[in-house]
Parts: sequence; structure tokens; C-alpha cells
Amino acid sequence: MKTSAPARAADTFPKLLLEHARVRGAEISVREKDLGIWQSWTWSEAAANVRALACGLAAMGFKRGDHLAIIGDNRPQLYWAMTAAQALGGVAVPLYQDSVAQEMTYILDDADVRFAVVEDQEQVDKLLEIKERLPKLDKIIFEDPRGMRHYGQPFLHAYADVQRAGRDFDASYPDFFVREVETGGSADIAIMLYTSGTTGKPKGVCQTHAALITAARGGCEFDKLGPGDEILSYLPMAWVGDNLFSYAQALVAGFTINCPESGDTVMTDMREIGPTFYFAPPRVFENLLTQVMIRMEDAARAKRVLFHYFLAVARRCGAEILDRKPGVSALHRFLYMLGNVLVYGPLRNVLGMSRVRVAYTAGAAIGPDLFRFYRSIGVNLKQLYGSTETCAYVCLQPDRHIKLDTVGLPAPGVTVRIADNGEVLVRSPAMLKEYYRRPDATAEVFDEHGYFRTGDAGFFDPDGHLKIIDRAKDVGKLTTGAVFAPNYIENKLKFFPYIKEAVAFGHGRDTVCAFINIDLGAVGNWAERRNLPYAGYTDLAGKPQVYDLIQGCVEKVNAELAADPMVAESQVQRFLILHKELDPDDDELTRTRKVRRGFVAEKYADLVDALYCGKASQRTQTTVKFEDGRSGLIEADVQIRDAATYPPAPVRKSA
Amino acid sequence: MSTSGSSRRIGDVLLKLEGISLSFGGVKALDDVSFEVRSHEIRAIIGPNGAGKSSLLNVINGVYHPSQGAVSYKGTTRRQMRPHEAARQGIARTFQNIALFKGMTVLDNIMAGRTLKMHAGFVFQCLYFGKARREELEHRRQVEHIIDFLQIEHIRKTPVGRLAYGLQKRVELARALAAEPELLLLDEPMAGMNVEEKEDMCRFILDVNDEFGTTIVLIEHDMGVVMDLSDRVVVLDYGRKIGDGTPDEVRGNQAVIDAYLGVRH
Repeated sequence: MKTSAPARAADTFPKLLLEHARVRGAEISVREKDLGIWQSWTWSEAAANVRALACGLAAMGFKRGDHLAIIGDNRPQLYWAMTAAQALGGVAVPLYQDSVAQEMTYILDDADVRFAVVEDQEQVDKLLEIKERLPKLDKIIFEDPRGMRHYGQPFLHAYADVQRAGRDFDASYPDFFVREVETGGSADIAIMLYTSGTTGKPKGVCQTHAALITAARGGCEFDKLGPGDEILSYLPMAWVGDNLFSYAQALVAGFTINCPESGDTVMTDMREIGPTFYFAPPRVFENLLTQVMIRMEDAARAKRVLFHYFLAVARRCGAEILDRKPGVSALHRFLYMLGNVLVYGPLRNVLGMSRVRVAYTAGAAIGPDLFRFYRSIGVNLKQLYGSTETCAYVCLQPDRHIKLDTVGLPAPGVTVRIADNGEVLVRSPAMLKEYYRRPDATAEVFDEHGYFRTGDAGFFDPDGHLKIIDRAKDVGKLTTGAVFAPNYIENKLKFFPYIKEAVAFGHGRDTVCAFINIDLGAVGNWAERRNLPYAGYTDLAGKPQVYDLIQGCVEKVNAELAADPMVAESQVQRFLILHKELDPDDDELTRTRKVRRGFVAEKYADLVDALYCGKASQRTQTTVKFEDGRSGLIEADVQIRDAATYPPAPVRKSA
Repeated sequence: MSTSGSSRRIGDVLLKLEGISLSFGGVKALDDVSFEVRSHEIRAIIGPNGAGKSSLLNVINGVYHPSQGAVSYKGTTRRQMRPHEAARQGIARTFQNIALFKGMTVLDNIMAGRTLKMHAGFVFQCLYFGKARREELEHRRQVEHIIDFLQIEHIRKTPVGRLAYGLQKRVELARALAAEPELLLLDEPMAGMNVEEKEDMCRFILDVNDEFGTTIVLIEHDMGVVMDLSDRVVVLDYGRKIGDGTPDEVRGNQAVIDAYLGVRH
């Protein structure tokens, strides 16, 4: 544990920042790639920037308890804005930067946002579009002045100007900043995050300094993070994961955050930085693997053979070697060593994971096969279980005791209980204070003993590890009485690189059917190498050859399902490939890209009916929203296929 | 788009064409075309296929020499000018059919756009030494600004041949911008793009015009784009100028409507 003792006394984020500036002022606090070069700021420079901005905000009338919205990609200036707001006793409200203006209206209004710090013209334009409906929104501060020269609105201010005014203010009232920071206490609300709204309207989750710092400190001690560690901050700032890792943990442990140049350069930037601590939702790990697999298919034969041979070796013993478990033969250890030199090492390097000590995945269930793959090539990938309400801090997987299908042991200080209906209940110091202005919702999520209802269904295995099956409300039953866990099936399907998204139906039905979204990259590459011409997603998705390919995948999943008596009845009987990609702009996915199953079932009710009434194809029409806000119509004949199913395996006595 | 109605100051006449005629054998590509371009203006040239739009651009930057008429640029009148002279005087262009170095990376392609600004000797450049090194660093910084401006960071090191068409168009614009032109000629910058790419390109053109004060002459077929972007429009038909004025004036011009929609004879 490298966190210095005085840092423990600091109980708010601004105090932590000042403490780091004092103790390790010359070390790097944050880097950003700009104009092709990694620019860096030390802890003292970061503190000076926060101070200038905070004073500037104060000069503009920002008061204790005011709410400051933050909209944009991960930029040092936006992280500083969070600290600056907190320094003045305000609350930072990060929003998803890719939300369309309409979606922002609700949150900005609900959160009583008075100030907004945004990245660039794009975000300013969105706010201007909805400004009239937001009487409470007072000032908009933009970081990047490009294209902003002719915007004359008096409520628009450049970030640099606000800081300049702040420095003048600071010169006139030199005690102001420190006094404001000292006034802040750990029970103040630091950040308000909005739930993704998988169910109903988004709710503002109020997290105090104390809760976030507890979660961050717990995580840092657990994984021994400290100054010198590097993290790539590329996930939306509005997501609890980024708040915990890039903000709370960085300020608690004093490690360096690195902001990529743009969303499209993350892969390159990650290779350049070589983070030691890495965080990604399962889909990122999935995409990385898909890309590697696509590129390997195009590689020379010798390389391909080598690659697949050593991956097989890794599959056999890699995870065991990483966990330092006994029982791996000397031959396999030798082969793994060889593979490490020839394949795993270079592969980790390509993925930018050469220096990763700990990598986390959370946000959705990760396929065990995918999880095992990363561990087997020597990446210490762990699952983390938590939610916005619990600061993403409920269960952690301790090094060397990683189980592929569990999320680990309850984190230090956290109590987990399973309710009678299978729902996971949590009591923790890192817990939301309340939903903003929603006492009804707040009362609802806590049970009579003060436990938080996670809404997830799970159970403890004999070693005390928590196993999550699905969302409690998603777990359903087939008419035969068998358990139907849609996520479980979907994740199995999604492990195939060709399948990007899957939606399984079955609750209250006698069989299971599924929608499939193909992965345009992987299937496109596959089609090209077979000289199969296609004109975009819809066309490719309708090709009989593609259906054959996907049918193969579905049947493999069925074979796996058949082997497990618990889910043998959930084999996918019929499936179709959707004619459009599921998209958060069309409300089919949440901004964190989780499928909104109920909405999808409703929107494509005609297709669901067709699946269950035995039709071979169904004509359908769908409106889609383009990025510019206009909408269009996609019309297609969607084919439906039957998939082979397998007889359930006989129940074996476990040894 | 919020940039319209901006306070851009349109200045004096930068480029003036007087009575330009151009023939290829018996074909009269241009017939007595006169118009002017003011500095900081976005000037569109429209017309049906074969109207002589590209020929006109080629006359402006000296690829073709008009058989009659004169071009004055920044006050100097000339009958003939070669393309490299035009480039040296601050005229850059992009092409209807993309003319990039396909095997080179985006970065190298844009760097190539700065060739005229490189002054260090060949040997020094080879050795990356002294003045050459300082220059190269400075050029790279300029190029990075353009890359940032056009948001092509993610393809910086990608060979151009591997890029999608829309992106190649953007790279071509980047290369033209690298020359820091005063007058930028764009030959169908949005041909073959989808709606989203077109919108991006429109924004970039407006930003270039606004941020760098570059005067822009563009040929475009998408009328929506032309009407949104340009300050004034020249209309050509069969090598003759049949209309000239603001987008609204041109839209109401009977001759233009006839040329585009056809007339019953």
C-alpha cells in the first residue's frame, strides 16, 4: 500500500488534489494526446488549473450546492471541472457526450443544472438547441474554442477566459479557494450520475465524497494501486466506472490518467501508453478479440498454425499458470513459456496490455470463454460487480482466486445477502445517499434492514463467491417450468466473433427463440474472403450464406446448452438475423450498450410473432434515427431459420 | 448549422476572370466567361455535366491556358500561368477524382502539401540535420493542426489507399490546406459521399473559410449544399455563364431553371 498517511486525512476530492500537489507536485497527474503528442500536467499544474477554474466559476456566481454539468470526451479540463465544482461545494453531473439534445434536456432539467462545462462546438450547439426549455441553465463554458468565434450569446464563455478571470479573482481574494475547499466535508454530495434508464426515466444517483473515496480506497488497497500506475481514461465520464477508476481512484492513489486523442484512436493510444491498470466493459474485450481473430485469419499460414497451436496450449494451462495453481506439468509449463515468447507476449503488446497488472471488466456479464481467453494469455483480467448506486464496488476477485463464472468475494466493508427470491442485496459504506429528488425511488431500493436491492439474481457458491445469473426481472420461466436466463444464452451467442448482439425470448413461451445482430466487421471480412458481394448491413444480414454461418454458431450454443441440465431446455429453436443493427439512438440499447429487451420485443413484435408461429420469413418496416436527428425507414424481408437442437445430456453425478 | 449568417468580412476582389474562352479543337468548353471572386468569399460554380466547370477551375490554376481573355489574381493580370506558379501564389486545389499518393500514409500525403514551404537543401533533408530538422518539426506541427482540424487523428498512419472514399476526400482537403492557400479550389468535394459525410464536409469547408479566412471556389452538384454554403453562385451551361448572384437570386433565375430542368422547344 503506497498511499501516504496524510492523504488519508483528506476526505474530499479537492483536498486530495491539494495533498497530491503538495506531496508529489512534480509527478505527472494527467496526460492527453493532442496534436499527435502526449501533453502532460503535473499534480501542481493540475491543482493550479482547478484553482483558477474554481475561482472563475465563483466569480461567475457559482454557489455552494450548485450543479455543474459536464459533457464531452475524456479531457483533463473536464476532469478538472469536476474537482473545481466540488471545491466550491458544488456537484458535478457528467452526461453522456453522445446523447442527442432531447435526451440531455431531461437530465439537465431534472438535475437543476445551472452551469455546464462542455468540450466543444458540437456540445454547445446541442445545448443551444434546448436552452429555451432549460430556464435554470445559466452559463455554458466551452473548452475548445474552434468554430465558436461568432457565437455572441452572453451566457457562453471560453474555458480559458473563465480561468483567466479566476486568476484575477484569486489575486484579489487569495484565501477564498483554500477556505472553500476546507469548508467542504465528506458527507457533501460530490457527483450525481444518472442511471442508464434500462427501466423508466433515468434517476440521478447522488454519491458523497465519503462513498466514492471509500470505494476507491478499498479498490486501491485490494489491488495495490499507487503513484506510478497508469490508466487510460476513455470510457464515458458519465459512467460510474470512469468516475471510480479515472477520478476517485486516481485522486486517492495518486496515479496518472491518460486521455486518448479521440474515440477512434484508443487502440493506438493504449499501445503508446501501456497502462498498468485497465478497465473496459466486456464488449471492448470482445471487439479486441474479434479484431485479432480477423487479422489472424488473414495472416500467413505458418503464423496462423503457430497462433492456434499456442492458443490451445494457453487454453489448457494459461489460466492455471497465472493463478499459480499446482498440477501443471513441466512440459506444459515449458510450452507456455515458449508460447509467451512467440505468441502471448506479442499479442499482449498488440492489444496494449503488456504492462497491465490488473484489468477489470464490468457493466455486463462477460462470457466465461472470453474471460478465460484473456487470463490464459497472461492478462490479469478480473470481473467486478457493482452498479451506479454502489459506486461499482460490491464484489472483487482476489488475485489467484479467480473463478471464471463468479464475480468474486464481497469487497472489504461490504455485506452481501441473497433475498428469498434470489435477488442480491448489498449493504456498504460506498452507497448512494439518495436518488435526486426521488424519495419514493430511494425508499424503494432499500429494504427494511437498509440493504440495497441490486435487481440482480444470484447465489453464493460453496467458497463464498457470488455468482450472478441475470437481472432478477429478466430471469423468467418457460411454460415447461424450466428456468430461462436470457443473458446467459445471449452471452454464449455473443462469444462468436460473428455475432455482435443477441436477444433471446422465451419467458412465458414453450421454446426459446432469438434475434441476432451480426458483427459487420467480422462477417464482412468473412464474406469478402468468400467473394460474397454485399451492400451494407441489411443486405449482408439477409444472405443465405450468412444465415448458414450463424446457424452453425447457434447450433454450437445449443450443444453447449444441452450439456447443462439447468438450461438444456433453453436451446434456441428458431432465430432470425435482424435487418438493422441495434442502436442506442433508436433506444434499442442503453448508452452503455445493454439491450433493452422489453423495448426490442415490443418494437419488433411482428418479428417475434413470426418466430413463434413458424413462418419462414416476415416483411417488416423500421424507422431509424440518423446521427443528425433525421429519421428514415428500413424495409426488409427477414428470413427465419430453425436451428437443430440436441437431447439434454444425462444428469451426471458430480465427482 | 450555426456558422451561417456569420460576420465574415468579405473583402476586395481577389480573382477576376474576364472574357475567358477555351476550345479543344472544335469544342468550345468555355465561351466568354467573366466573373470575380472576392476574398474570404465562398463562391460556387454549378451547371449540368459538361458545362465547363472543371475546365474553369483548370484555367484558374493554370492547367489550361485560355484562348481568349485574361485572369487577374491579386491585381496582376496574366494570360498564362503554370500550375506550380499558381501554387506558389497561394492557390491550392482538390480534384474530382481523388489524386492522392495511395501508397503513402495520410500524414505523408499532407506533409507533401507543404513541399513548397520547405527550404532546406536536399542533403540536409536527407540527413535530418540543422535547418531541415527545425523545418520538419515546424511543418509537422502545422500538419498536426490540420489533422486535428479535420478530425483525422485516427488514420494518421494509415496508407491512403486503404481508406474509405469519404475519408480520402477529407485527406485531399487536408493536403490542400497544408499549403496554407489563400484561394482554395474544390472540385466536387462532396461527390459520392453519404449524408453524414456531406454534413461533416460542409462544416469543414465553413470552418476553413471562417478560421483561416481562406477564399473558396467550389464546384458542387448537390444543390442543398451549394445553397447552404456559398455566398454567391456562378451558373454555367454549355460553356457560357447563364447566371451569377446570391443563392436566392440564382434559384429564381429562369435561365438556370431551364438549364437544369430542360425546356420544351
